[in-house]
Amino acid sequence: MSASAVTMMVISIVLIWGGLAAAIWKLRGHPEEVEPLEDTGRPVGD
Amino acid sequence: MATKPREQWGTRLGFLLAAIGSAIGLGNIWRFPAEAYRNGGGAFLLPYLIALITAGLPLLILEYTIGRRFRKSPPAAFRKLARKAEFLGWWQVLICFVIATYYAVILAWAVRYVGFAFTEKWGDEPDAFLFGDFLQVGDTPGEFGGFVGGVFWPLLAVWVVTLGILALGVRRGIEWANKIFIPTLVVFFLILVVRALTLEGANIGLDAFFTPDWGALRDGNVWVAAYGQIFFSLSIGFGIMITYASYLRRRSDLTGSAFVAGLSNSSFELLAGIGVFATLGFMTASSGVPLDELVSSGLGLAFVAFPTIISTMPAGAFFGVLFFLSLVIAGLSSLISIVQVIISAVMDRTGMSRVQAVVIVGGLTALTSLLLFPRSGGLYFLDASDRFINRYGIALASLIVLIVIGWILRKLGEQQAEADATSAIMLGRWWKFCLAVITPVVLGIMLFDALRQELESNYEDYSTGFLLAAGWGVAAGALVVAVLLSLIPWRRNMDEDLTALHLDKGSK
Repeated sequence: MSASAVTMMVISIVLIWGGLAAAIWKLRGHPEEVEPLEDTGRPVGD
Repeated sequence: MATKPREQWGTRLGFLLAAIGSAIGLGNIWRFPAEAYRNGGGAFLLPYLIALITAGLPLLILEYTIGRRFRKSPPAAFRKLARKAEFLGWWQVLICFVIATYYAVILAWAVRYVGFAFTEKWGDEPDAFLFGDFLQVGDTPGEFGGFVGGVFWPLLAVWVVTLGILALGVRRGIEWANKIFIPTLVVFFLILVVRALTLEGANIGLDAFFTPDWGALRDGNVWVAAYGQIFFSLSIGFGIMITYASYLRRRSDLTGSAFVAGLSNSSFELLAGIGVFATLGFMTASSGVPLDELVSSGLGLAFVAFPTIISTMPAGAFFGVLFFLSLVIAGLSSLISIVQVIISAVMDRTGMSRVQAVVIVGGLTALTSLLLFPRSGGLYFLDASDRFINRYGIALASLIVLIVIGWILRKLGEQQAEADATSAIMLGRWWKFCLAVITPVVLGIMLFDALRQELESNYEDYSTGFLLAAGWGVAAGALVVAVLLSLIPWRRNMDEDLTALHLDKGSK
């Protein structure tokens, strides 16, 4: 592979997969409130 | 009469996997690699990422916000935004109806090819096998022709599985299925990509895929292609994400979830690109055919190029089965989301139970699909419907949605406040600017360019009469029926339910 192709492959992977990892990291740091659900999938007391 | 409380996702992961499953479809595997290659190779990354940030993610966030805010399917959600906007929701539902009828057919082909791969039944001429032996394609576009049993039965199976999962509900059906589908799809694809990378000649393919042609970025068509790829691969613009987000909890994170879903889609596309081009490189090395001649997209890549390669590579049958199973899983998770839009809209509109809606409306969609497409003339109808409903359905509907919300109702600020109230990533002015200016302008250019092509010459040299019926007619019909549906008065209690929901939400 040419140097430019390798460079673009690495940049693509870092930006896209790295971006995904960062987004998951950010979301994990923001837990949502848990609402109890009935077996039907509907919220209890809704 | 009080209506039942709305179903909810069991977990945030469940929602994310369903949203990712919807976004990752056949287009990620067979469209992205060829688009990137033809539009600057490695340099395509730049317009692609810009399109993701300025159009894909902002639209995804807008749809999540509308869905979570009103907790209703698209027609009811748009009605809540403004009564006259209800037709936009029905338009999206009708687009889903059209797409579901033919998307299931491609899935049925993939199901059959899983079986064919065991024995490499396509022989030495996969092209002739696909169009002749398997699809038995007729000579004249516009004639339905006789039923093709080899397509009909797997199509029936696809519909039974899809409607069965939908009948089980959001949590026990859609969420459960995607919790199995997505990890399985990733594992299958990783195996395929690792195998592809170890094939002789893989570097030739990767070199072609990633070598940047920076000069291509001066061509406006490359930018339009990048926006088109993002737009059509993210499942935005036809109500899926509004519907899925309507089952979110009231305080669910919206922007963070949109970033995860959007980037997961792109990550899978990149993985698919690496796998596809490494495999094409192997074919070039082993057959001497230049890579230029091997690169194709759509049906040609999946059902002609790949069978050819599978027949050539060591342990080809095993990897062939894995490849077509991956197509089935990717397609099924998308089909479920498309049909769910229709089911959810009818449930909200009529008060039907889920099972009733699945049997009646899902059954009607399946019946339409089974009557129209598994025929010798089905491929022509599929081809024309797909082209016109994508261009003059999804893209046009999205443009009008953005104009209505951004410029006529001026409600982007409200949506931003709704998203920011519960999200990890705050939206700035960029979000409104992207949705009010950048995305409409790009969509407008895409549509203008598409229309110019349509007027220059008939698509695929089909007759004008056929295109008017199966292309323009289908796209325009979706809009006309949507307007008619929006004119039917709502039962008072259904409308009051919407109002009550809004007031209840506002008081929390």
